[in-house]
Amino acid sequence: MVLVEIASWLCILLGSFFTLVGALGLVRMPEVFARMHAASVVDTLGVGFLILGMGLQAGFGLTSLKLLFLLALFFFTGPVVTHALAQACLHENVQPTLAEDRRALRRARLADAAEATDGRQP
Amino acid sequence: MFAAAAAAILVALALVIARAIRGPTVFDRVLAGNTVGTLAIMLLAVIGFMTGRPEFLDIGLTYGLLNLISTLAVLKFFRHGDLAYDVDTERQP
Repeated sequence: MVLVEIASWLCILLGSFFTLVGALGLVRMPEVFARMHAASVVDTLGVGFLILGMGLQAGFGLTSLKLLFLLALFFFTGPVVTHALAQACLHENVQPTLAEDRRALRRARLADAAEATDGRQP
Repeated sequence: MFAAAAAAILVALALVIARAIRGPTVFDRVLAGNTVGTLAIMLLAVIGFMTGRPEFLDIGLTYGLLNLISTLAVLKFFRHGDLAYDVDTERQP
């Protein structure tokens, strides 16, 4: 019994942690595709661990069946919404920033900075 | 411990709403709106367990179904400019 309690609290704490991580990623990520990736952490790990923890608290019964339905709902709707969102983004010509572009941008910024310091030297 | 989970979900909601306000494109706002729906369902479930009334889960299930439909409707509107879009009508201009 005590073991189940500890496991359920651990799951709820992990779920809270992943929810926070996903929300932080939603704020910090640079563009919309990366933000989608961060938001899916909330939909999978955060919700999954929270529901697992609550199911362990509730025990076997109608409540845990409802929790299972909720988990199934998130399991199917999360990918559908993300796919529709990515399709709509590409349709509106919102292109993802690729790693090569980001590296080229950084090189250009470094070159600009070097030029600026060179100009200040003499 | 449920209070800690509720607090974490509330902080996450604040962050997501900040993204919804700041979001440069409309898709950021749609994504943030969908995540707000997800977090609201989890907040409902956690508060239901905290107050000893797990019947709140029914409201969460209903809200989840509504959230999916509303997100897809908004995306369809922004993609086609029309909710009653039909593929056949576009093929014969």
